Amino acid sequence: MSPIVVIGSGLAGWTVVRELRKLTKEAPIVLICADAGDFYSKPMLSNALAQNKTAAQLVTTPAAKMAEQLGITLLPRTRVEAIDRERKRLITSAGEQSYSALVLALGADPIRLPLGGDAAEDVLSVNDLDDYARFRRAVAGIASKGRIAIIGAGLIGCEFANDLAVAGYAISVYDPTTYPLSSLLPEAAGRSLMAPLAAVGVDWHFGRSVRAVDHQGTAFQLSLDNGTTQLADLVLSAVGLRPRTALAKTAGLEVNRGIVTDAHLRTSDPAIYALGDCAETSGAVRPYVLPIMHSARALARTLMSDPTAVAFPAMPVVVKTPARPTAVAMAAKDAQGVWEIIESETGIKATFSDANGKLLGFALTGSHTDERMALAKLLVVA
Amino acid sequence: MMRKWQCVVCSFVYDEALGLPDEGIAAGTRWEDIPENWSCPDCGVAKADFQMVQV
Repeated sequence: MSPIVVIGSGLAGWTVVRELRKLTKEAPIVLICADAGDFYSKPMLSNALAQNKTAAQLVTTPAAKMAEQLGITLLPRTRVEAIDRERKRLITSAGEQSYSALVLALGADPIRLPLGGDAAEDVLSVNDLDDYARFRRAVAGIASKGRIAIIGAGLIGCEFANDLAVAGYAISVYDPTTYPLSSLLPEAAGRSLMAPLAAVGVDWHFGRSVRAVDHQGTAFQLSLDNGTTQLADLVLSAVGLRPRTALAKTAGLEVNRGIVTDAHLRTSDPAIYALGDCAETSGAVRPYVLPIMHSARALARTLMSDPTAVAFPAMPVVVKTPARPTAVAMAAKDAQGVWEIIESETGIKATFSDANGKLLGFALTGSHTDERMALAKLLVVA
Repeated sequence: MMRKWQCVVCSFVYDEALGLPDEGIAAGTRWEDIPENWSCPDCGVAKADFQMVQV
């Protein structure tokens, strides 16, 4: 009997394996991954620098120990080049591997803006442990009060800005929108992050795009869309993620923004499943921790012949900006409703409700983030 | 003997000796006595996603 094969060793891949092992000790499982396979907390990548954590210190369980504890075969530093769906075999950089069921937990790639200039390739992004190690070395190479430019004021950009500012660096953030977290928060809530982060050393540049990055001695020169230039010792890009779909697309699976699956995490091939940042389940990509945990739990049952649809309960996302704590539960994209915003000295409470007063989403900043669990219980899940 | 439990996702640690008084969990509350629907105060994952850590 061919094994269940999981591709990817991020939170999605390892959690599926862990959930499978809660249900079966016997089923053979193979996990294939491009990196070392160590288990680490990805959300910590954007707030570990101020705590002076090395990449190795972020590893909670090394790959070999994970494989041993869970009783699986691990193929680290191995690339899957193609899926032969007819023969249920993977073509990998380490040879062929057959599967009875295949789980795609491929993750997402950082989006790279088309930047001009001779240093565009030196703009860093941090999306995995190897990136973090590279980023930390680069930060160690600049002066202790050095200038770091961050492109993007979304969730990851704001978390890095807060963390690096607290670590003592002079931070500039560039974003073409008009306020922080604009894709997650209503304007009043987003704007309420500006002063507290400025107070810890973040210099905001809204309505500005970076056009080019060039070498300027040992530093970088950023050319902005308004013709001005700025200097930085290091440039970090955090403008979002794009689901990794190439492998699935080449194999002829249905792909939209992510790898398309039904509520059972099943792709257009009944022997192949997908979850996590690479997947578009029931019409949406949900690149957050909680949807991954729920997906992994449902998928493990489905793989053990107990078909289980994943349900995504209301899941507030916490933005790790200690200068201005923020939590948000987004309403569905097509939800109809109105925002009610309560602003106080210590924070903002914004609730999004439908015509009958039912709560569909919320955004909390400052002291109001304490209310996130209580509010989450009131959320109406579509 | 008081134990500690760690969230596998965000590394939050629940220390039985300290409890979580802010959430109404008294100091000394054993892991087994925390409700099954309790979730990580930092990242929201379920109680089942915690592992016991050696101290």
